[in-house]
Amino acid sequence: MSTTATTTLQAGAVPDIAPVAEHPQGATWIDDLRAATVVWKREILRFRRNRLRIITSLAQPILFLFVLGTGLGSVIPTGSHFHFTTFMFPGVICLTILFTAIFSAVSIVWDREFGFLREMLVAPVRRGAIMIGKCAGGATVATLQGIIMLVLAGLVHVPYSPVMLLELIGLMVLTATMLTAFGLFLAARIQEIESFQVVMQLFVLPVFFLSAAVFPIAKLPTWLGTLTRFDPLAYAVDPMRRVVFNAVHAPAKIRKQLSPGLSWGHWHLPIYFEIGVVLVVASALLGAAVYRFTRPE
Amino acid sequence: MDAEASVEVHDLKKRYGDLEAVRGVTFDVAPGETFGFLGPNGAGKSTTISMLCTLITPTGGWAEVAGHDVAKDPLGVRRRIGLVFQDPTLDEYLTAQENLRFHAELYRMPKERTAQRIDVVIEMVGLAHRRNDLVRTFSGGMKRRLEIARGLLHSPRVLFLDEPTVGLDPQTRVNIWDYIQRLRDREKITIFLTTHYMDEAEYCDRIAIIDNGEIVTMDTPDALKAAVGKDRISMRTEDDPKARAELGERFGLEATSTSDGLTFQVPGGEEFVPRLFAELDVPIVAVSIARPTLDDVFMNHTGRTIRDAEASTAERLMTNPMVRARRGR
Repeated sequence: MSTTATTTLQAGAVPDIAPVAEHPQGATWIDDLRAATVVWKREILRFRRNRLRIITSLAQPILFLFVLGTGLGSVIPTGSHFHFTTFMFPGVICLTILFTAIFSAVSIVWDREFGFLREMLVAPVRRGAIMIGKCAGGATVATLQGIIMLVLAGLVHVPYSPVMLLELIGLMVLTATMLTAFGLFLAARIQEIESFQVVMQLFVLPVFFLSAAVFPIAKLPTWLGTLTRFDPLAYAVDPMRRVVFNAVHAPAKIRKQLSPGLSWGHWHLPIYFEIGVVLVVASALLGAAVYRFTRPE
Repeated sequence: MDAEASVEVHDLKKRYGDLEAVRGVTFDVAPGETFGFLGPNGAGKSTTISMLCTLITPTGGWAEVAGHDVAKDPLGVRRRIGLVFQDPTLDEYLTAQENLRFHAELYRMPKERTAQRIDVVIEMVGLAHRRNDLVRTFSGGMKRRLEIARGLLHSPRVLFLDEPTVGLDPQTRVNIWDYIQRLRDREKITIFLTTHYMDEAEYCDRIAIIDNGEIVTMDTPDALKAAVGKDRISMRTEDDPKARAELGERFGLEATSTSDGLTFQVPGGEEFVPRLFAELDVPIVAVSIARPTLDDVFMNHTGRTIRDAEASTAERLMTNPMVRARRGR
């Protein structure tokens, strides 16, 4: 504490205070936008500072892709021109996004635990703005992690085609937004960090496995096929898979086997419909998260 | 002075289920005044401050802060107040300056003045040389000072300090008070603080003593002490037992023996001492007069010491969801 004492003594020469006199009236959407922006910036700043997190959160997807993918590929016949890891690639990108997004969203529980949430809650801004900033931040961070995964494309025999990369990034932004909103919806009322584990086990892992991110949906038993269609993440995995399969010019037989696309009954969903599902679910989850967060405690 | 910069509270109440945390408090804080809420843990201090800061909604009565109703215009109140909580609310993974920038944006400070204002407040709390360091590398006292700087950044009319020195070592506590007093002089703002340290209440212009959710008394520290009416006299004599007996017989005073001699309470200590010298047969070696402390004030009004009061409210506390949450950390 000796530094404290010294600074007290030094602090004599303080410049004159120039208080900001005016206190603007009324909240406008510009204030909310400014608040959301700074909350978003904080997420990016914290992400950039935490290099270890960037690296460790890539470990799991890489295991899935190269170990699980290669292992499964050795028993699933795909012919010599198509690699099973190529099939796994979009699913594993979604896995990366899922975990990063949920982790970012759940940081709101940490903010609560370590008090910073209070700083945001007592500010003269609407709580919804904070939630939207948090969602934008989490989605950006998750997309960035996904983009890092894209670097691995060459190792799984996917060409670095600019069109494909742009399409994938667009889909990643959507997916990341939906998943961050999902995480925020879950985390909005969580008071204790311990509950986060429950959230992971009860919600996140089922969402991942039921999305068919790491197995083909062509020949699933009815019960599993049905469940898959209720998982919003499935509607994000499928478009990505289609984009990758187009980029590698996958043979028709392989497409039928590994990427048949989602269908409702006999209706094969067009890619834009799937994207629409993701958009609707993302908006609904974000709305619900804002509602849960805004409701007085 | 701006008449808006004050706090006006009328019959404010907060109830959590069966627990009446605040049972109708009424008081005013004048512009520029430093007003202290003094009481044991669980007396309702933090609950009151939370209502004034629009963090929780009152279940009865009303309150205006800086001219805005806390229930009807919470954003208007929030824009005009600064807050320093007893628990830290800094982002430890950001630098001091980044924490302040974040705050400036949330409080929509005019961009062209933000940098200058950050310089001023960070300088005021003596942290200018650490502005680009991560907050996690700061000591407890430095963090508290940074919080105070941040609470002042947007030039609030009223600064709320909820137990501003709790958990700090005595030397740091003194330093924090040094900063608080300096900023009060410079910024001319109204300060509303809570504390359960009796000695800190001395820094206030006026004090309300709160116990069990009610204000038991409210006045300046001097007036409160004067109302106790008695000074404490400690003395050493050549024959303490004899002096003690004489005090009882001649003056009707009950003295207690301490390791340091005798101590007793008497109204108007300064006038009493000459009489003591004149009328006591035992030679006096040393004598000192102590004004009543706020501890005596609390004791006088509630019949218990602050420590006892805390012990008896412990049970009440456990049913209070806000306190429970705080204890969970």
